[in-house]
Amino acid sequence: MVNREAVNCELVWHEISNYLEGEVEPALRSAMDEHFRTCKRCLSVLEGTRNVIHLYGDERMMEVPAGFGRRLERRLAQSARVGGSRWSTWSAWLVPVAALALFAGGLRVANSLTVARQLKSEHAQAGHGIPPDMLVIVTADAKVFHVAGCGVIHNKTTERTLTAREAMQQGYVPCLRCMRQYLHTASVGPIALESEADVDLDADEANVPGSGR
Amino acid sequence: MSESGVVLNNPEQIGAREQDLILSVQRGQHELFYELVRPYERRVYAAALAILRNEQDAEDTAQEAMLKAFANIRQFRAAARFSTWLIQITVNEALMRRRRGRTVVMEGIDERREDDSKYAPRDFADWREIPSEALERKEVRQKLAGALASLDRKYREVFVLRDMEQLNIQETADALGISVASVKTRLLRARLMLRDLLAAGWEQGWFSRLPFEKGSKPW
Repeated sequence: MVNREAVNCELVWHEISNYLEGEVEPALRSAMDEHFRTCKRCLSVLEGTRNVIHLYGDERMMEVPAGFGRRLERRLAQSARVGGSRWSTWSAWLVPVAALALFAGGLRVANSLTVARQLKSEHAQAGHGIPPDMLVIVTADAKVFHVAGCGVIHNKTTERTLTAREAMQQGYVPCLRCMRQYLHTASVGPIALESEADVDLDADEANVPGSGR
Repeated sequence: MSESGVVLNNPEQIGAREQDLILSVQRGQHELFYELVRPYERRVYAAALAILRNEQDAEDTAQEAMLKAFANIRQFRAAARFSTWLIQITVNEALMRRRRGRTVVMEGIDERREDDSKYAPRDFADWREIPSEALERKEVRQKLAGALASLDRKYREVFVLRDMEQLNIQETADALGISVASVKTRLLRARLMLRDLLAAGWEQGWFSRLPFEKGSKPW
């Protein structure tokens, strides 16, 4: 229960943003409402803050330089022409790559062009068929790359985003949890996969199938 | 404006049209990608500018972000909001560019540390609400943009993502790689500082020519 007399101006200023977000408890909200009725200064702060949110939330505040849209459209069109042919031949290029890989002595197909010579984790798999332009996250002192939002990203304050190709070239290995579809997990028993979801994996072990976690 | 030239006003129609466009681009109609992202080009540019504070870098970054979104459109899943996905890519791209050092912003110790000290908003005897119609005037928009640009980057970034880009608190935290508590602390400070800057603008005559109805609320 909020002591209404304890709701002073300092507390109101501290909570005013949460108040506007609708994130204060009903009792505190009610006490703040009462405070606003009697404190002209806090009412002014409330109205002013609300005005700020209203003004800056207006799309007219987001101006782009003259010609921005035209330049963007042109660049996208160029990319679509180049990328279009790349996409349309997505499956086709696998053929010569596979041939090249086989010729080179049975190297793995999907990673033959992108994987670093030395993986950061010697126990890990390199992954298969990972789209090279996919955006992934890596962090300092970790050996694993993740898709954004993965629950086992350590040391989040040092996150870097790069493409999967860049990550693999730098020796990072795919996370077992969020990149599972690209790993040989068929040999991993369902129990291993299930239990893995319940623990916060050590970054080095995050993509070691059947590591017993 | 849709492809057929019909203006869509209903949010559900717009959402359905967007889903159609996403599917079409994912299936290979790449020429439709610009139509898909055009409604968000201002937001993408604003997010990049908030982080880089340089118009040329912001434009380059916005373009790079759009290209990455295009290259990764097959990874987009309908469970997420397309606009949020796009803004998150943009923020990542802008942060990466800043880290690469092309846009080096010297950062003091105070900038990195979370500032929990109490902030007392100024007491203004006479300030009035700025009506949104005032945004029609370029000089008003410039004053507001200038006030925003004057904030420390940690406050500016959170404010732009939450209050301009309309990401929620969690999405803002995820995009910047900071905690929810930090987002809330910085958001509070940013809002109060902007309120104070705008209020001070009244005293300096920024908005002196704005029309106000008689009896409008004094601050």
